[in-house]
Amino acid sequence: MTAPAVSSDEPYLKLSGVTKRFGKFTALSGIALAGLETQDEGTIVQGGRDISRLPAMQRDYGIVFQSYALFPNLTIFANVAYGLVNRRKGQDAIKRRVAELLKLIGLPDAGSKYPGQLSGGQQQRIALARALATSPGLLLLDEPLSALDALERLRLRGEIRALQQRLGVTTVMVTHDQEEALSMADKVVVMNQGRIEQVGTPQQIYRDPASAFVADFVGKVNVLSAVAEGAGRFRVGSLVLQGGIGMEAVAPGTRVKLYLRPEDVLVDGAVQSNPNAAPGKVIKVEFLGAFCLVTVTLVGAEDQPLVVNLSRHSSDEMNLVEGTALQIGLPPDCLRLL
Amino acid sequence: MTTAAPPLPSVPRGRVKLLAHWEDRLAQGLLLTSCAVLVVFLLAPLAMILVKSTEDKSGAFVGLQLFREYLQNAALRDSAFNTLWVALVVTAVTVPLAFTFAYALTRSCIPWKGGFRLIALTPILSPSMLAAISFIQWFGNQGALKSWLFGNTVYGPIGIIISAVYAIFPHALMIVLTSLLLADGRLYEAAESLGTPRLRKFFTITLPGARYGLVSAAMVVFSYTVSDFGIPKVIGGNFSVLAIDIFKQVIGQQNFNRGAVVSLVLLLPVLLAFIVDWWMQGRQQSQFSARAVPFAPKPSRGFDLAMLTFCIVVSVFILAVLGMAIYTSFIKLWPYDLSFSLRHYIFGLIDGGVIDSYFNSLKMALLTAAIGTTLVFGTAYLLEKTRGMRTMRAFIRLLATIPMAVPGMVLGLGYIFFFNHPDNPLHFLYGGMLILAASTIVHYYTSSHLTAVTALKALDNEFEAVSASLKVPFYKTFFRVTVPVCLPAILDIARYLFINAMVTISAVVFLYSPDTKVASIAIINLDEAGG
Repeated sequence: MTAPAVSSDEPYLKLSGVTKRFGKFTALSGIALAGLETQDEGTIVQGGRDISRLPAMQRDYGIVFQSYALFPNLTIFANVAYGLVNRRKGQDAIKRRVAELLKLIGLPDAGSKYPGQLSGGQQQRIALARALATSPGLLLLDEPLSALDALERLRLRGEIRALQQRLGVTTVMVTHDQEEALSMADKVVVMNQGRIEQVGTPQQIYRDPASAFVADFVGKVNVLSAVAEGAGRFRVGSLVLQGGIGMEAVAPGTRVKLYLRPEDVLVDGAVQSNPNAAPGKVIKVEFLGAFCLVTVTLVGAEDQPLVVNLSRHSSDEMNLVEGTALQIGLPPDCLRLL
Repeated sequence: MTTAAPPLPSVPRGRVKLLAHWEDRLAQGLLLTSCAVLVVFLLAPLAMILVKSTEDKSGAFVGLQLFREYLQNAALRDSAFNTLWVALVVTAVTVPLAFTFAYALTRSCIPWKGGFRLIALTPILSPSMLAAISFIQWFGNQGALKSWLFGNTVYGPIGIIISAVYAIFPHALMIVLTSLLLADGRLYEAAESLGTPRLRKFFTITLPGARYGLVSAAMVVFSYTVSDFGIPKVIGGNFSVLAIDIFKQVIGQQNFNRGAVVSLVLLLPVLLAFIVDWWMQGRQQSQFSARAVPFAPKPSRGFDLAMLTFCIVVSVFILAVLGMAIYTSFIKLWPYDLSFSLRHYIFGLIDGGVIDSYFNSLKMALLTAAIGTTLVFGTAYLLEKTRGMRTMRAFIRLLATIPMAVPGMVLGLGYIFFFNHPDNPLHFLYGGMLILAASTIVHYYTSSHLTAVTALKALDNEFEAVSASLKVPFYKTFFRVTVPVCLPAILDIARYLFINAMVTISAVVFLYSPDTKVASIAIINLDEAGG
């Protein structure tokens, strides 16, 4: 994900036609951008400069790894100052800069400690400070939160986002966690086996997934096998569903898959005038605290159960248990054809 | 804004190559230097042996003529046979001993475990001949316990076997100990909850877990015995083995070409053992996951008592060997005049010139440790942590594993052929201290290399990436971070090289000059002189 550092038409960072076949798709941005591995083809332009073939030493970036990669034998101060020392800055200037950074990340007194004395989250903050110390034009975060426990991850997620917005530094973060991507990014690039599946804002990615992979990877999704009947209508089992705008063009007889987010499925009272309404039955209720995932089957399409996301309040209200009969609505505008 | 990716061509078209930074060039240059050093000091001498084995004395090519002659020579055939069966017996005795000892140290609740371990490892610190000398004093013609041999003589296979078992025991112990220490306690708990009897646990969990260690130990013991020169030289009597044959051919008869042939015959079983070990290691999968719980033994009276007895017997045996050598060194004229005297230390060392050899040994060992550690660790670092030149990396990794499969005498003979050649620009090394150090470093390269690689692999791989992002050259990070963090391993390597340089004999026996005679050689010479 990138946040344009300058609001011009030309993006600060531009990848064109970059491909890289890695076992782990996450490697592209973190590694190829850093010049530690090369792309198979394509160009990388940073701030108008073609850096496609520059070795790591000549690129302008700071990097934070999942493993923190703090030097264990050096103090926090020496770690943060590591890149500064090499730039022939005065001792005082270095001290000031390190103090400033440690304050920025909320650990002003950590300077004399060693990495081993800090928690994982604190170490990752230090790694962030070290990467930012030389004021790089680009910050690369390679799964920075993956090694942390759930609470710490949530906290640091907000802090990194706030810090990034405050400093305005263009940041590319690689993550496996779709929630992280959606909550932190200005722009999300979804990749699958080294290929870009979709580029867009978090809203676009979630609401308008460009491929079945994106729909399934970012958030939960129901998949219904259907046969087109023409005029935007689709047959699922013995039910006929009305598709949304733009789905009329499918030739009759084509086998298709319809995608629908669990929270888009309407239940009972909410169904009202929905054209795609059908009676259904609850077959499983999974309680998850603030909300419930209810698995239902539609009469006429029993072999294709749907998962419905209901708030705790509405599921309590309806007193849903296994076997409860209820009315299900599938809003045409929420159906996607991929 | 939303865009789906266009389909990719199935085969990537030509990789984008990064421009080289001077820093990468430096790393690659250094790696190239390491490679050159290994080629000159390992590969070239070995190649020379191959060449020499196909030439006659005048240097004319005779193909496999010398090998044919070798096979027709009954005496030489005998020593090949002798070498093999002695090595097999030593292996069959040492491995169970080492395994039982290691088992006692890891799986029983006996006291003084640290003490037993320390005693068991002491033989590493002495040249292999020490055991042979001590056994002569115990069981030799004038030996204190000569009657225990029921009329058999210790000068021959018996002496070689017990001396070799003593000398190689700690090496085998360390390998087996490591494999037993890596046991996952949870497996035993699971077995216990299923009501598994002790013996079944042993055969279904312990033994399978340790089998790679056992094979590895067996191969090390076998190779060591086959290639050892000091023990058969001192205690072998007229019993001929391959290592002695090489020595006789080269030093006694000055028949270098036949020496080359014998050394290739010696190389064969060692190479075979090496390949078996290497193949087994490749099959080994880590049983010890990060979540494994170390095994904690529970007291069991009868078993602990048996184990304690065993450890005491082995320790007494080891101390007896060591003790006899120390004791006789203070005796006036063993075994005739048993009064206390320092005359061996005064006359033997100072007047006999042995003290000079001793200082030569120290000097050589220090050189070996200093140069060797730098070369080994530096090369391992460049291999593991820098980029580029994949083919050469694989080649250097291969070179680093070869020394394990090359007996010291073979290496030493190769050095004669290669460095004593008048056209070799490195001829000046011949007869100097540096060549002794070089042969020792190369001889012990593999273990040191593995230690370095293991330590480096334990470091976070991203250190170099972080340094590059901070524009800090790799060598600064090497000195500021890698070396300090790896210091324990570096010291391990230095200590290993130092100790082995002090006691080694096999490679240097061909390479020393009167000025660079080291102590281990002096012992052999004294022994020959009947001193």
